[in-house]
Amino acid sequence: MKYINKFDPQKDQVVRILDVDGKVIDEKLLPKISDKQLIEAYKLMNLSRRQDDFQNKAQRQGRLLSFLSSTGQEACEVAYALAMVKGQDWLAPGYRNNAAWLTAGMPMHNIMMYWMGNEFGGQSPQGVNLLPPNIIIGSQYSQAVGIAFAEKYKKTNGVALTSTGDGGMSEGEVYESMNFAKLHELPVVFICENNKWAISTPYAKSTKSLNVAVKGIAVGIPGIKVDGNDFLASYAVASEAIEFARQGNGPVLIEFDTYRLGAHSSSDNPDIYRPKPEYEEALTKDPLIRMKKYLIDKKLWTEKKQTALDEEQDLFIRQEFDYAEAHKDYPLEDVFNYLYETKTPELEAQYQEAAAFFAANPNAKGGHH
Amino acid sequence: MKQLNNIKAVTDALDVAMEKWNEVVVYGEDVGFEGGVFRATEGLQKKYGEERCFDAPISEAIYIGAALGMALNGLKPVVELQFQGLGWASLQNILGHMGRMRNRTRGKYPAPIVIRTPMGGGIRALELHSEAMEVIYAHTPGIKVVCPSTPYDTKGLILAAIESPDPVIVLEPTKLYRAFKQEVPDGFYTVPIGEGFKIFEGNDITVVTYGAQTVDCQKAIEQFEEKHPDLSVELIDLRTIKPWDRQMVFESVKKTGRLLVVHEAVRSFSVAAEIMASVTEECFEYLKAPLARVTGYDIVIPFDSGEGYHQVNPTKIFAKLEEIINFKF
Ligand SMILES: Cc1ncc(C[n+]2csc(CCOP(=O)(O)OP(=O)(O)O)c2C)c(N)n1
Repeated sequence: MKYINKFDPQKDQVVRILDVDGKVIDEKLLPKISDKQLIEAYKLMNLSRRQDDFQNKAQRQGRLLSFLSSTGQEACEVAYALAMVKGQDWLAPGYRNNAAWLTAGMPMHNIMMYWMGNEFGGQSPQGVNLLPPNIIIGSQYSQAVGIAFAEKYKKTNGVALTSTGDGGMSEGEVYESMNFAKLHELPVVFICENNKWAISTPYAKSTKSLNVAVKGIAVGIPGIKVDGNDFLASYAVASEAIEFARQGNGPVLIEFDTYRLGAHSSSDNPDIYRPKPEYEEALTKDPLIRMKKYLIDKKLWTEKKQTALDEEQDLFIRQEFDYAEAHKDYPLEDVFNYLYETKTPELEAQYQEAAAFFAANPNAKGGHH
Repeated sequence: MKQLNNIKAVTDALDVAMEKWNEVVVYGEDVGFEGGVFRATEGLQKKYGEERCFDAPISEAIYIGAALGMALNGLKPVVELQFQGLGWASLQNILGHMGRMRNRTRGKYPAPIVIRTPMGGGIRALELHSEAMEVIYAHTPGIKVVCPSTPYDTKGLILAAIESPDPVIVLEPTKLYRAFKQEVPDGFYTVPIGEGFKIFEGNDITVVTYGAQTVDCQKAIEQFEEKHPDLSVELIDLRTIKPWDRQMVFESVKKTGRLLVVHEAVRSFSVAAEIMASVTEECFEYLKAPLARVTGYDIVIPFDSGEGYHQVNPTKIFAKLEEIINFKF
């Protein structure tokens, strides 16, 4: 092992491979990753960032409900999702994981439909083991534990990944999940994207803990802190953690040290609570810029390629959005059809009542459409 | 007197309470510095300090457990649960401890806690942000549940809740937070817990409701009375869900002989079910039509695209009023 148990969270050691200018700090720490994968990762980071920007505009036009952006956190999200084995590993995400969902195989229009208020957006395609966004903070940790339990039980070799924020680490369920997972030596990777803020509550008001990674110590699982704005370090540690868990060594806790560059949600205004100098300093550590500089230095990328990519991706995003908008509404029966395998008689009667009502009053659905 | 909307009435109530009782402490997610996601506690930390109004880490189970300890040790905690659907972890302490403490200690340790939380939908919110779970709370022995629909009642009921020697859950209809303003008296006053309010007097149908549906009912009734100038509908805003104003409802039904209960929570095992059962027990010989209800369906609250199907609206209420009045034995 190159990273786990080598970087001591009690000394607040951090795995970092790229400096803020995209220069490699320590060649020995570089992970195995092909040039092709590096470019793929960068494209996904860029795509998620542009999707966030697009959605912010769409939200202001009232074409999207609220959503939570990954802006600033793309490096670690793309990294851990790329390190998963598709079709075998699982992701139980939080709600702020756009880049990870995209990378793990959620079609963009699904994500958009979800934020437009259509439950079908939460359905991942066949062969992609991905749960919908989790709104209740902490419970994705216990779900991942259950998934991992089943993997071990069935000897199917998959690993479950799950992510929450620094604020989410205060939930009892998070601790209980880690404890249970270690007791059963389950193949699960617990992720905390420490973006420093839980809505308006700063890290210092959530915990007095030196860092998040040390929170593994009490339950006996290794914790490791990584520069989450450094794609290479994030990918290196995520890959090792997934394999560590797959080999039967039990869970790992990864803290990605990152920063939320956007608002908490589209209905939040961070200017009220977030110190401007802190934000401006965070801008200098933007993961996209670091990665781009690194790729340009390696002669894998050019500004010309960037312009072409931005155009291509913007077009793609618009197409996905158009598709989502055209499919955002659904008929009445869909709100009754997915509660039980077959409707109970009471529910059938309620459905018939509703169907008759809306047939007689076609505009009574009211609300916003 | 000043003109306040519901959210400002919450702030005003808390301000008055913190001024009046040094023991009142206010906390919850983002409640301190920012004033909560709806800004209900805006300015309180500045005025009363971090010790009395503060951000809590995201750990709902602890809030109520901690509030319990505070309450039985002499404080008056007022806890904000950011959203009902995100507060399941708190149920452990609400159902398992808060409602039982007085009984378990045979009166030695009452638990005068106030929990405030938004309720209901129609605000285009995310999953689990539109729940109306009043029945879970109301079903639990030892807890009182209030649901104001106007700024006047909001302030008066919150102050009554804080004054109450028992735990009270205040459900605040999210849709009405900024819907309208009303004159609200300055300083301290209370609206008694357990007393309903007659919005309209009427002779032919009794409509019982609370929360955001008071507005829907008013619209439906105005439309109904326009169509039937010879008929009048009595509209009762319960204001307190538990203990509800049985006397007011029974007297009204004895007068009108007809009852409609309206709420957005799902139908089965609901507040409507409780009221209809009680009215059957108490007023059977007065009834001229079957008791009726307009509620949400027994479904998972749909996301925005489907929410309009589930939400109670004036058209649904109007249709039900027609059905009731046209009923023939
Ligand atoms: C159990 C629960 N309580 C409260 C909330 C409301 N809420 C949504 S996001 C949030 C802050 C979360 O902060 P953090 O875990 O740091 O994640 P971030 O949003 O910064 O990624 C809160 C309190 C929730 N979604 N779930």
